[in-house]
Amino acid sequence: MANVTMTAPATERLQLLRVLGPAHIWALGVGIVLVGEYMGWNFSVGKGGMIAGLAACWVAGLLYTCVAMIDSEVTSTIAAAGGQYAQAKHIVGPLMAFNVGLFLVMAYTMLEAANAITVGYLLDTVAGMMGHTGLNQKPFIILSIMFLAWLNFRGVLATLTFNLVITAIAFLAIIALFVSVQLGVSAVPMDFSAITTSPLPYGWIGIVAALHFGLWYYLGIEGTCQAAEEVRSPARSLPYGTMAGIMTLLIAATMTWYVCSGLLPWEYLGQAGTPLFDAARVTGNTGLMVLLFVGTMFSTLASANGCINDASRAWFSMGRDRYLPSWFGAVHPVYRTPYRSIVFLVPIALIFALGAPLDQVVTFSILSGLLGYTFMTFNMVMFRRKWPLDTIKRGYVHPLHPLPVIVLLTLCAAAYFAVFLGYGTQLSAMMCFYIVASLWFHFRRYQFVRRGDQFTMPWPKPAGY
Amino acid sequence: MAYQPPKQGLAGQVFDVITLLVLTVGALYLPLYLGFAGAAKTPNPIANPTWEALGQNATEAKQWAAIGIADPAAANDIITARFDYSFSWAPLIVMAVLVIGYFVLVVRLSDKEYREVIEERFDPKRR
Repeated sequence: MANVTMTAPATERLQLLRVLGPAHIWALGVGIVLVGEYMGWNFSVGKGGMIAGLAACWVAGLLYTCVAMIDSEVTSTIAAAGGQYAQAKHIVGPLMAFNVGLFLVMAYTMLEAANAITVGYLLDTVAGMMGHTGLNQKPFIILSIMFLAWLNFRGVLATLTFNLVITAIAFLAIIALFVSVQLGVSAVPMDFSAITTSPLPYGWIGIVAALHFGLWYYLGIEGTCQAAEEVRSPARSLPYGTMAGIMTLLIAATMTWYVCSGLLPWEYLGQAGTPLFDAARVTGNTGLMVLLFVGTMFSTLASANGCINDASRAWFSMGRDRYLPSWFGAVHPVYRTPYRSIVFLVPIALIFALGAPLDQVVTFSILSGLLGYTFMTFNMVMFRRKWPLDTIKRGYVHPLHPLPVIVLLTLCAAAYFAVFLGYGTQLSAMMCFYIVASLWFHFRRYQFVRRGDQFTMPWPKPAGY
Repeated sequence: MAYQPPKQGLAGQVFDVITLLVLTVGALYLPLYLGFAGAAKTPNPIANPTWEALGQNATEAKQWAAIGIADPAAANDIITARFDYSFSWAPLIVMAVLVIGYFVLVVRLSDKEYREVIEERFDPKRR
């Protein structure tokens, strides 16, 4: 344990406020992800059929359980804004950190765009049901993104308290629909005959292909650690909030698949924009329709809200470390939020929300997430090798290492193949983007980075260096 | 002596931000905008569609009606659309090389940078 490091640089600067507890972490994680139950997951049914959709739901659940286990250990030890970005900086190196920062920003900004598209689509659907067809969705898309960016600009506590309330309502709406259908409220009975008449319309390859959108059920749960610098007790709150979040989502995902697959023909479900709301429409019950309309609106707003929070923290962290122009590393003097990063990411979200189809935007978000999960596998191995368990204090130690790493890497490989089946062009475009961005960082941007400042944890020197 | 990065002026900061924006929009949005990217799902509509001919039973027909699609012809494209999962090995190998090559590139270059970071952080002479 030689060479225990010194304290962080003594420069006085504005810090983010430590005001969040475990419930806020749960709300941040589930709030971002719960929208995956309200839209997007159902494209997995379109890619493989009903059984493939359920298999994807559970296999993706296993993948995210590994993600939550691994992430909880590293995050509870490296509690800094930026989450996985800060982990990469301390464990792998600056270029990896830059890439992880971009994964986070792209995944969350695309998810934010997908949420805004869904808000517009839902309002258009409801307007059509009320006899006002052809609603212009764009003003609602713009308004959603601008309003939530303003809320984030004003302060993190109000933002995540708002998320806590609307996430809880959206979660209860799914349970209410599930229970109501079980009690026979639906005018049209549930029908699972497609499981026997058309069990695997694409054969076994459909199950692998469905994994692509199966990730959407849980994508973003790792975002809990983005708020690490704003949590009162990171070592306790982050693992607790994250694991409670993944359990919540596993339950919600299974209920969602059951209700939607029973109430909607799989061919429709596989391309629906708002499947849970559509399932409520099939029941013919006005109360359920209103509840699921509210649930869909709340889940999309909560998700977009959390996405703005997380993407701006990652962008802010990169600016603070000079991986990006340092202008982005500013904290608002009154609201103590990364306000420049929040404002800067608004037009990027708008470009994709206003000009790209939902499934494409979802795919870009999933791909960035998938690259991040791949990073977590070797990051965990390097973390344990560079700092074995007895060298530094961890807030949480995940069991069965390296089994979760092996399972996660295997499932990531399967997910890349799943994306390749049908969306190979997007995968190639995204890889080209990250390769060019990496070369740009290493050969141009890195000259502006202070080397020693990249390592701020009070740890001993890593083994092997 | 610790590494002293050059001070970046406003013009340089703006240039770097524009570069990233162009990269993002150019690599991700332009292929979509120009129609080069898209899901390989194509409809194969049948002639004179009925719910039975489209493989839908009575309950499913009611479900279609409840979501506002009462005419089988309107559901024809949705029900018959399928992805084409046939693929050749060459594009799959190219994709695998891209993904693996990308991570190898990033980890190797990162390690080079990381050694500088560790050396400066832990070597008292360099601080």
